[in-house]
Amino acid sequence: MVAPANNAVDRLLAALPTRAEGGARFAELGFPTTRDEDWRFTSVAPIAELDFTAAEADASASLKGCVFSEIEGPQLVFVNGHFSSELSNVSELPAGVEIGNIAAKAFESAEGEGAFGALNAASYSDGAFVRVADDVSFETPIRVYYLSTGSDGATANIRNHFTIGANSKATILESWTGTDGAYFNNIITELAAGDNAQVEHVKFQDESTAAFHVAGLRAEMGRDSRVAHHSIALGGRIARNNIRARLDGTGIEAVLNGLYLPRGKQLIDHHMVVDHLQPHCDSHEYFNGILDDHARAVFHGRIHVHKGADKTDAKQTNKNLLLSDNATVNTKPQLEIYADDVKCTHGATIGQMNAEQIFYLRARGLDEESARRMIMHAFAGEIIARIGCTLAREELDKLVWDRLESTES
Amino acid sequence: MLEIKNLKAGVEGKDILKGVNLTINAGEVHAIMGPNGSGKSTLAQVLAGREAFDVAKGSVTYKGQDLLELAPEVRVREGLFLAFQYPVEIPGVNTTYFLRAAVNAVHEHHGDAALNAVDFLKLMREKIQLLQLDESLLKRSVNEGFSGGEKKRAEILQMALLNPTMAVLDETDSGLDIDALKIVANGVNTLKRTDNAQLVITHYQRLLDYIVPDFVHVLFDGRIVKSGGKELAHELEEKGYDWITNGELQTA
Repeated sequence: MVAPANNAVDRLLAALPTRAEGGARFAELGFPTTRDEDWRFTSVAPIAELDFTAAEADASASLKGCVFSEIEGPQLVFVNGHFSSELSNVSELPAGVEIGNIAAKAFESAEGEGAFGALNAASYSDGAFVRVADDVSFETPIRVYYLSTGSDGATANIRNHFTIGANSKATILESWTGTDGAYFNNIITELAAGDNAQVEHVKFQDESTAAFHVAGLRAEMGRDSRVAHHSIALGGRIARNNIRARLDGTGIEAVLNGLYLPRGKQLIDHHMVVDHLQPHCDSHEYFNGILDDHARAVFHGRIHVHKGADKTDAKQTNKNLLLSDNATVNTKPQLEIYADDVKCTHGATIGQMNAEQIFYLRARGLDEESARRMIMHAFAGEIIARIGCTLAREELDKLVWDRLESTES
Repeated sequence: MLEIKNLKAGVEGKDILKGVNLTINAGEVHAIMGPNGSGKSTLAQVLAGREAFDVAKGSVTYKGQDLLELAPEVRVREGLFLAFQYPVEIPGVNTTYFLRAAVNAVHEHHGDAALNAVDFLKLMREKIQLLQLDESLLKRSVNEGFSGGEKKRAEILQMALLNPTMAVLDETDSGLDIDALKIVANGVNTLKRTDNAQLVITHYQRLLDYIVPDFVHVLFDGRIVKSGGKELAHELEEKGYDWITNGELQTA
């Protein structure tokens, strides 16, 4: 039975603690359909069909087997969207660094984009809070773990606030993992980088392949800031990342770097809009995907160079490697340019293994299987190599490699 | 060592090699010259095992084995090495990692112990000096962003590391300036022994001033139309390929 969409909205709002205003907006918008241009390739009907419940805290959850365990320092842990003070550790922070959960802070209920944004604004209960004051270089990576143990339909709305002050530096590592259920995480992350700030934000998403993950990242950048966002997306039955970067200052360098490896019947969707509002900014988007089985991936990348954003240097590439004839990629790079003297490039490729590369490796003694693996590793490695945090990079490189190996067998 | 008999091969239904006969013994250096489109590179690719080419007829025996039955990787492990005319770029694959995997694949084939990182680096440093290559290339992706000359020298570096018994060099001189050509030729000459052989495929006689062949063969329209000593190369240089294409050699 497919429930009508408006019914799904009512059921969802009834299941969750809701702020009236956002709830009304979500009810008005309803779940998007594939008639909506921004959701053309991603049907969220399977989410609307869930039997929604509010995800509950679970004291039995543990960090066993999670990534970034070699890294020491502060960590925040959320279980089914609820802050776990037992598993978190935010002691011994230097002056100017605040790390915690947002429920403990007072916030204006910020709006979110589209229906999922409205739902989040209406119902979010908690999320990570990081504030680094001006002129603080915090070298220790800040780890945030989101564990999901919910059963089918368990819904969590999570909102993160990351604010890195002027001339400051921080690295934030997110890990999203879960047990087998068809739970639903709806996330909004607000990232603000001050003038001349340097921020690295790694999001490792390895949710259950039955789960639904819809995440919005809104990045606001000050002049001369350098922000790198890395999206390593492995999990989810449907995983959608809405990434919005506003380059509203001169001299900004933004890197959006992503790798997705869907298999089985997974769908992984990255939907990006980069707005260049001021001159002399660079934005680079690099997204590689390796797809197997009946998997699908969507890449939508729009670069909008506004009037006056002269000398913009914007580059966008999306490369896809299909390991199966049944895998599908929809890629849609878009450039809108209203400024002068800009350098903008975009390109997308979708292909099988390159036969010339495989022959070259075989002609050097590697068997065909090793050659295929070496090329596949390279395809993934190209993205992972851009992660600056060494420990995170090395661990993710190995983890992704192990995952690809298991895909092959 | 290598015996090619009446080899006929083509691609996508087009006949390119129309009956090539060639015998190469240990200790010999053979050169194949010929105009564009004569089938030189096809011969090289067929010897290396490129699947895109179909062998219609003939045989190739290498060290007593039916070469055409062997997978490309087995051919190189058995010592038949092709230096590519157009080395392939493989973004994301680190050169050192790739070379070590290649060397160890050959070692493993012969039942020898794999080289560890330290021993491999030592071997590589020694060989890289021979080709006067910058060590920084080893940290880069395979052939990616290499200049034309660097790519060709890197091919000979691979040859030096894999230490083949039968090396086929497909237009290794193309696109090289005279200094790079001397370095490449010196590398190849250093690797020459009495128990191995080299087949040098070239469009230009110039290379053969530095890699001096024992035998020169002229390939034209898929057949070897003339064979001789190194003086044949000079004769070709003087008279040009017109000498052959005008049909004077067709009866040879």
